Amino acid sequence: MIELKHISKVFPTADGDFEALSDINLTIGDGDIFGIVGMSGAGKSTLVRCINLLERPTQGEVLIDGENLMEFSPARLRQTRRSISMIFQQFNLLMQRTCLKNICFPMEIAGVPAAEAKKRALEYLDIVGLPDKANAYPAQLSGGQKQRIAIARALASNPKMLLCDEATSALDPTTTRSILKLIQDINKRLGITVVVITHEMAVVEEICTHVAILDHGHMVETGTVEEVFSNPKTEAGRKLVFPEGAHIDQFPVANVVRVVFNGGSSYEPLIASLAIDCGVKVNILGADTRNVNGKAFGSMLLGLPEDKNEAVKAMNYLRAQKDVTVEEVPDYHG
Amino acid sequence: MADLLQNEEVLRLLELSKNGLLYAIWETLYLTVISTFFSYVIGLPLGVITVVGEQGGVLPLPRPVMAVLNFVINILRSVPFLILMVVVIPLSRLILGTSIGTVATIVPLIVAAFPFVARLVEASLREVDSGVVEAAQSMGCSPFQIITKVMIPESRPSLISGFTTAFITILSYGAMAGAIGGGGLGSMALNLGYQRRMSIILWVSVVMLVILVQIFQSIGTRASVRLDKRIRSVDRKRKLKANRADKAGLS
Repeated sequence: MIELKHISKVFPTADGDFEALSDINLTIGDGDIFGIVGMSGAGKSTLVRCINLLERPTQGEVLIDGENLMEFSPARLRQTRRSISMIFQQFNLLMQRTCLKNICFPMEIAGVPAAEAKKRALEYLDIVGLPDKANAYPAQLSGGQKQRIAIARALASNPKMLLCDEATSALDPTTTRSILKLIQDINKRLGITVVVITHEMAVVEEICTHVAILDHGHMVETGTVEEVFSNPKTEAGRKLVFPEGAHIDQFPVANVVRVVFNGGSSYEPLIASLAIDCGVKVNILGADTRNVNGKAFGSMLLGLPEDKNEAVKAMNYLRAQKDVTVEEVPDYHG
Repeated sequence: MADLLQNEEVLRLLELSKNGLLYAIWETLYLTVISTFFSYVIGLPLGVITVVGEQGGVLPLPRPVMAVLNFVINILRSVPFLILMVVVIPLSRLILGTSIGTVATIVPLIVAAFPFVARLVEASLREVDSGVVEAAQSMGCSPFQIITKVMIPESRPSLISGFTTAFITILSYGAMAGAIGGGGLGSMALNLGYQRRMSIILWVSVVMLVILVQIFQSIGTRASVRLDKRIRSVDRKRKLKANRADKAGLS
């Protein structure tokens, strides 16, 4: 279990201190795939580096299975880092070593005998699906293949946790999907806790069980993916979950409500039923549905009729629906 | 073997060749190899320290230590070699017991070259991707492991081209050693060629130096490229093949 308690990180700069993280509290359970999302510059990369102390927090505690890493000696910290593997956006493979030697590297560091290291490295090459690349050099591989080798290398130290820092951001969508599948597979088969840093909500939807949203160094929302996605409570959360929502501002309408589908219901023709059952015509200002772990989530912005009675009728009808939440949007700029 | 050395004929031959071209080449190479070796013995660790010892480096050292180190390297780098040779004469006498002759020029050569080597090594190590170093840190590498298993192997091609540059620079510095009675091609050019006005010897010595530099530079470049695994070998082979075919008029 990873617990971050009151984590702050301040970088001194020429124009005064810059607070990259402020008072972050986070608990990541064993076996979770935990997504940390945020816009660029939100502090995600700094936060994930606080977990293995590549960045030392200015304040706070980093507890791994109840032990505070901040109090460890350098030697003990290095020992602990072997159980917390990390993969990177730029793969960071050793370019002058073959793939096999890259995978052997963490075992070499830990003092595993060369013959055994090689045997295990070949197994990991198999797990990541590149058994024929043992003697290839990283420069001969594609981006996706490089990340697979990096994952094999990360597994080689037999870790309890895997930290992924924008691991798919340099890859095309198809490769991204296959790498995410591999990470999910590793999580299920080997029971490794995974922390995923990303700016892409699609990555979170695809594999995460839990999510935290980071905004300008503050953690604004956290919970299961279903909770956060079905109804983001903060502006930062809404921006990430429904990025297209911002465009709706162009249409001037008086009464605007946001309808949020919480899964299950979204395939029913809600707006058509509204028109037929109540005889109320609503204007769809914007909509965004997405599939999270096989369930549909989405939000829709509706412009209600000017007529008060009709508007109330429509609101009541919507509120009566199962798995649908309705809220007025008072700050709508028409 | 001992008999051979006592043989009068052989001794005369050696005596004769002592002023000859082959002997001068041998002296030049001997001087350059020994000086390069010791320059790396001192310069390589110093170059490593200038990179890892920085604030935010792999093994941060106290600021004053780094300041002194950089100051010393810069001072030695800024003294012209001809002057340095004269200045370190007492040091040569202390270490080798003599301040003239071929062997005595090794000391000023090392003193002049190790700061240069340190800077070359520094430049090579700085080329190593900081992400790779970070990855090694995340795996629990100690600073020493990062230096020996990541930074040096990863910068190998660049270190080899740096080595070639250092070797050639020391070779040409060594040619100046004639000024304080050292041997080699340089002294041949200076003492016989220039001062005794035997211009043919001057030209031959210079041409020999040029040939030596060409040979070592092409060996160094080739080794650096061949050992660089970032270059896709298939591409390179294809290009080389095409090149050769072109030259042979096959395409």
